[in-house]
Amino acid sequence: MTAVDQSTRPAVVARRRPGGARPGGGRSAMSYGFVALYAALTVAFGILPTLYAVYLAFTTGEGGFAGLDNFTKVIGDFRFLPAVGHVAFYLVIWLVSLVVLVTLLAIVVHTIRWRWLSSSLRLIFYLPGALAGASSVLLWLFVLDPTASPVGGLLRFLGLDSFVQVIVPGNLPPIFAIIAFWTGAGGWIVIMYGALNNISPDVIEAARIDGAGTVQIAWHIQLPLLRKWISYMGIMSLAAGTQLFVEPQLLSQASNAVVPNDYSLNQLAYQYAFQQNDFNGAAAISLLLLVIALVLSAFFVMRGGLFETD
Amino acid sequence: MAGVMAVVLALTGCGGGGGDDSSAGSYGFAQAAQDDKAEITVWVDADRTGAVDAFKKAHPDVPVKVVTYDGSANGSNSFRTKMQLFDRAGNGWPDVVFSTQNNDAAWASQKSNGKQAFAAVLSDGLIPQATLDGFTPGSLNPCTVDGKVYCLRNDLAQVVLWYNKSLLGKFGYSVPTTWQEYQALGEKVAREHPGYIVGTVGDAWTPEVFFWASKCQANNITGPKSVTVNTDSTECKRAASMLDTLIKNGTTPNISVFTPEFVKKYSGKVLVMPGPAWYAGAIFNNPQSLNVGKGELGVAAPPAWQGEPAVTGNVGGGTWFISSHSKNLKAAAKFAEFVTTADDYQVNVAPGYPAYAAAADKWIKKQESSGYYATDLQAIVKAGTEIWDGWGSGIFSQEAIWAKTMTPGIAGGKNLVDLLPQWQTAIKNQAQVDGYTVK
Repeated sequence: MTAVDQSTRPAVVARRRPGGARPGGGRSAMSYGFVALYAALTVAFGILPTLYAVYLAFTTGEGGFAGLDNFTKVIGDFRFLPAVGHVAFYLVIWLVSLVVLVTLLAIVVHTIRWRWLSSSLRLIFYLPGALAGASSVLLWLFVLDPTASPVGGLLRFLGLDSFVQVIVPGNLPPIFAIIAFWTGAGGWIVIMYGALNNISPDVIEAARIDGAGTVQIAWHIQLPLLRKWISYMGIMSLAAGTQLFVEPQLLSQASNAVVPNDYSLNQLAYQYAFQQNDFNGAAAISLLLLVIALVLSAFFVMRGGLFETD
Repeated sequence: MAGVMAVVLALTGCGGGGGDDSSAGSYGFAQAAQDDKAEITVWVDADRTGAVDAFKKAHPDVPVKVVTYDGSANGSNSFRTKMQLFDRAGNGWPDVVFSTQNNDAAWASQKSNGKQAFAAVLSDGLIPQATLDGFTPGSLNPCTVDGKVYCLRNDLAQVVLWYNKSLLGKFGYSVPTTWQEYQALGEKVAREHPGYIVGTVGDAWTPEVFFWASKCQANNITGPKSVTVNTDSTECKRAASMLDTLIKNGTTPNISVFTPEFVKKYSGKVLVMPGPAWYAGAIFNNPQSLNVGKGELGVAAPPAWQGEPAVTGNVGGGTWFISSHSKNLKAAAKFAEFVTTADDYQVNVAPGYPAYAAAADKWIKKQESSGYYATDLQAIVKAGTEIWDGWGSGIFSQEAIWAKTMTPGIAGGKNLVDLLPQWQTAIKNQAQVDGYTVK
């Protein structure tokens, strides 16, 4: 492996600016401009709402200080732990399948020699993701109903004759994971493909001369160099996954509440705010979600070396 | 009814406090400054726009602004959600709201986070007592909290027994008058004519059709914030075991009547079906659904349990609320009274069975003269007065609880009798979360 590490160096060094010279003044003003826009939006739609949620989570409905009451209330709620379990189970299934399958598919597509096949495959992977979240779930409502589904035969083969049998609680995490994979994986495959293109051909060439096969190249060279991208994908997907809401909410309405409307943590927060008129409890759940997502993201950042500069 | 009123009155002071301080306004709640010329804003669902049109025609002098919304249907709870947001903002409330649900009085009559209750008290002079007395006895129960009336019922949704007269005649069966006969009919149908059905259990209102009519104590709302739940009684078990038998033999499928699956499998196969009054237009006489032909559909009294007087359940039935924040209570009251009692809407236009007794009689006559039904409709009128009052209207949705705890269980082949304890736990949990004291 050390040989490979050595050989990657030149390629990486070449990407640095010679002598680390400061960029020109015009360009730096431009970059500040871009960053300022982003920062303004982050403050307005990210940081301020978060601070408001913190304020709500520690106060009562009348505005007095509540201490940790809201947190003990929501954690003690009979729906809380099941919702945590649902989201965690879904996340495990989804993240594992996403990381493994996306990386695998990207490497496979990348090794295809025929340009037309490779690009048309990428297009096919990407298409489902082009549908907006809610509309793709609506599409899945038909797929999951054995009487209307194009794969109804397969569902009946699995012993599922009615929509209700398909959406019993035990089946939901895999169903949501499949829906999320189907809508989200294509975009990531395209990104991974781009990352693979970034690996210097010289490195691959050198490995080949040393007698490495396709699998060895993938395992020893492409995967380590993709590590950052994979952890980036992990963080983004984790942030999206902990906020599971659209899929269960739409399925809940479509199934006339057979899929519960308090299945995920985000739905529970929604129930607190709009069913129980308890914005403070809702804010407490949101904060708990934020903390969980931050801890898990930190783990990914550490493991994936996301902020390491070369 | 009177008994329940007495009980509810006796239970005053169990937290929450219903109406406002009666010193505060002439109608028993704190009013905004009144202006008899002010425009009133009315929220209705799409099906109720006819009510607004009828009112505008009859009272062109009252300025009305219409906002169409989903009527809080299908568990969207949008009525409550929106009012709470207006509560937070401190303005923006509509003057009159129609809701497709019949349990909104449970929250609209209560203060929330220290804010004045949304619903105006109607029984302290805002609506004349004579008008309130004109509603079918018991129909204002869902609107009544602590002995005060907070909404006007638009339509009743009493459960009756629908049946296909020509099919029954062809097979040589008679209409069941008791639940025991109903179960026997289901068993006979399964043996002699498999594929035909005598009802369904796939909808979220299954408990309101079968368990309410069996006097099952699953939803006994005893006060503004107290409920008694006991599904371990004989009354609950008999309904559950009857359904277990009929689910197993395939005569009450676990399929919602509003699915394409149901229409595909059971068009022309529904022999009898206990269900609310609105099934007539929604399912039977609807080309998109079962499309039962003219002269085939009969209606019979809801079955009784042998040796007991008949009681029945109720599935929905809309309500009209007046906002306690309204700047023109006179016009708002005029509007609410008109749409619930006037023939111009309730008899000539309304699709459902009117809650106002005089309008209901005329509406039934009109339906009978259409010639669609194979029998007269007096069974519907009678059932309207037989809705059992031991099943209340709490904040939480019994339908949502049933759908998430029982429907998947039935799909998994479990017995309803064995699921009863689980159902009780689910109801109790949900009630507690919504701030109820549970017994």
